[in-house]
Amino acid sequence: MTKKDIAQILVGIDGNTVLSGARKIKTKLITEINKQGLLDQVSVIETGSIGPVNKGVVIGIYPTREIYGNVTENDISEFIQERFIKGRPYKKLLLPEKLPIEIDLTAYDPRKTQYFGRIVLDNCGKINPEDIKEYIGVGGYEALGIALKEKTPEEIIEIVKNSGLRGRGGAGFPTGLKWSFAAKAKRIPKYVICNADEGEPGTFKDRLIMEGDPHKILEGMAICGYAIGANTGYIYIRGEYQLSIQRLKKAIKDAEKLGLLGKNILGTDFDFEVKIKIGAGSYVCGEETTLLNSMEGFRGEPRLKPPFPAESGFLSHPTNVNNVETFANIAPIVLNGAEWFKKFGTKDSPGTKVYTILGHINRPGLIEVSMGITLREIIYDYAGGISSGSFKMAQIGGTAGNILSSEFLDVPLDFESLRKLGYSLGSGAILIMNETVSVVDFMKCCIKFFVHESCGKCTPCREGTKYIYEILDKISSGKGKTGDLETLKLLGKSMKDTSFCPLGQSAPNSLLDTLKLFPEEYNQILRK
Amino acid sequence: MTVKDIVNKYKNKRENLLLILHEIQNCHPQNYLSKEDIELLSKEIKIPVSDIVGTASFYSMFSFTPRGKYIIRVCESLPCHLLGAQTIFKAIETKLGIKEGETTKDGLFTLEGTSCLGICSVAPAIMINDEAYGNLDEEKIGKILDQIREKESKNND
Ligand SMILES: Cc1cc2nc3c(=O)[nH]c(=O)nc-3n(C[C@H](O)[C@H](O)[C@H](O)COP(=O)(O)O)c2cc1C
Ligand code: SF4
Ligand code: FES
Repeated sequence: MTKKDIAQILVGIDGNTVLSGARKIKTKLITEINKQGLLDQVSVIETGSIGPVNKGVVIGIYPTREIYGNVTENDISEFIQERFIKGRPYKKLLLPEKLPIEIDLTAYDPRKTQYFGRIVLDNCGKINPEDIKEYIGVGGYEALGIALKEKTPEEIIEIVKNSGLRGRGGAGFPTGLKWSFAAKAKRIPKYVICNADEGEPGTFKDRLIMEGDPHKILEGMAICGYAIGANTGYIYIRGEYQLSIQRLKKAIKDAEKLGLLGKNILGTDFDFEVKIKIGAGSYVCGEETTLLNSMEGFRGEPRLKPPFPAESGFLSHPTNVNNVETFANIAPIVLNGAEWFKKFGTKDSPGTKVYTILGHINRPGLIEVSMGITLREIIYDYAGGISSGSFKMAQIGGTAGNILSSEFLDVPLDFESLRKLGYSLGSGAILIMNETVSVVDFMKCCIKFFVHESCGKCTPCREGTKYIYEILDKISSGKGKTGDLETLKLLGKSMKDTSFCPLGQSAPNSLLDTLKLFPEEYNQILRK
Repeated sequence: MTVKDIVNKYKNKRENLLLILHEIQNCHPQNYLSKEDIELLSKEIKIPVSDIVGTASFYSMFSFTPRGKYIIRVCESLPCHLLGAQTIFKAIETKLGIKEGETTKDGLFTLEGTSCLGICSVAPAIMINDEAYGNLDEEKIGKILDQIREKESKNND
């Protein structure tokens, strides 16, 4: 089916339509479309105000541009039948106005998700992130209320466990399980830490989540605090993210004023405060034990594990560290339930994933899609295709990530499918490259990053990165010699096996992948 | 604010060392951690100078040499690299007559290379102090620098 055959229903979401029940209508539309077997032909999208006012719930249709008003739940079944099965306008609710020729539907095309909707970015661009009332207006802090008043901490952990949510910071560790470790730890006080260091090149999803919906993160952290028995949370955020810092600070103040953070939250005996710590420009500080050292005011060097942070973390107290995106999933899960969450994504990796898509593509930016969609879909449906030339390779998960060449275009992107290939999903950065990119130049830039960011604590990483860079530099300037590729492989493998922390272990990923996928290109340069 | 005020503001705690260093550096007109400031800090917070320097030197946002009023940080990570970061770097070097790590004679600009700034959707990108600039080419970056120069010379009139 070509794109043209697909219709989109836009549901206008603004103050008025929400009060008239726009959200319920949206759900009903989706259910009905599903029921009438139109799932792959008609998609439902939320947009801002569509135009006509005082007309109750207003919906629009593309590509025909009709607008319908005063839509009620009772109309939906007949409406879908008339409009999409019989193919004629549904006169009863038709308004004289027409949708504009083009509307900005960038970034999100729910046709590709198995279940419609966004989770993490749901409010981004829709509500004013600096106005707590708008967040509350779209159901914000409801989940916290439910957690504190209707659920025990154990029940919250069960819900998160059952949802199958896995950490979005890179490693994909099951979030509920992680929380249960910290909950079991006896020492108090305990801490909740939100990892907002986001240093992986090509990744800026956490920044946009913090800028677009700061309260969602605070709410997720507070629920986590309740679940594990912590009364203090910290957000460790990189120093460059000034707008995020400013918005989070304001959000914390506003939430405190309304009794949603601070002492006796919502009249219960639960206290939770959130503080901000600012990083100072070091990639390895995003690694959770390094982050703890940095938070305590020391050099950013990783700690030996075990003990894990859940046992001995910040100031040697039990600590739970999660990524920004992970926390942003919590309130929706608590509000809608684990089963709802599992409708998104795949069996092993439920939910959505926020990616930043970059490189030689027509539409770089941020997308939230179901776990399990393929690279091909990302490139051609979301990124608007390759901007010039043809696809050569993509690096997924940032500079520490893996390389996918054209034979991997149809691999589902989720934790399990990638693990089977020996790959990992990483941070959510997807860098797409055309054939003009030389693998040697590309690798030089990759490794230079690690030379700079290696903390220097262990030899394989400190010396390995430098040595690899030197060899690549020689190869690229025509001074390479036979045996260089074997040396690179050997160095890469031994860094993987013997480095102290995941930085050194993952640094050679792309090198080893490109050596495997593009050996002839390395050889060609060597032979010159 | 004096070093003492800053230390007091952060309750004299080691865990706030990075925040304290940030603030001390920001308060210095030359954007760096001076020897005097570090010694003062050491006395106030009761951490040896060697320890403070050892910690601060780890983080790329801290500097021990005087810097310009405007710190230009050019992203050198892959997404920017692929879309021409090197050209931008060279254009700035030529325009200002300084190399990476150097400061212009008038004390206005310092040029630094940096890892990803998290604004890659507008690659190639740079930051000048807290301000981000993206989708750059030689012409655009030239204009941006001219504008800053102009603003500064007006201020000095
Ligand atoms: C070198 C390195 C850098 C990392 N950077 C980040 C980061 O910027 N943000 C993040 O959330 N996790 C980062 N991680 C992963 C963290 O160690 C940790 O797994 C994560 O914060 C846990 O949160 P999650 O379970 O919600 O994913 C990094 C890991 C390594 C090895
Ligand atoms: S692998 Fe070793 S040198 Fe590299 S960042 Fe980790 S601890 Fe530091
Ligand atoms: S790669 Fe340059 S800003 Fe991210």
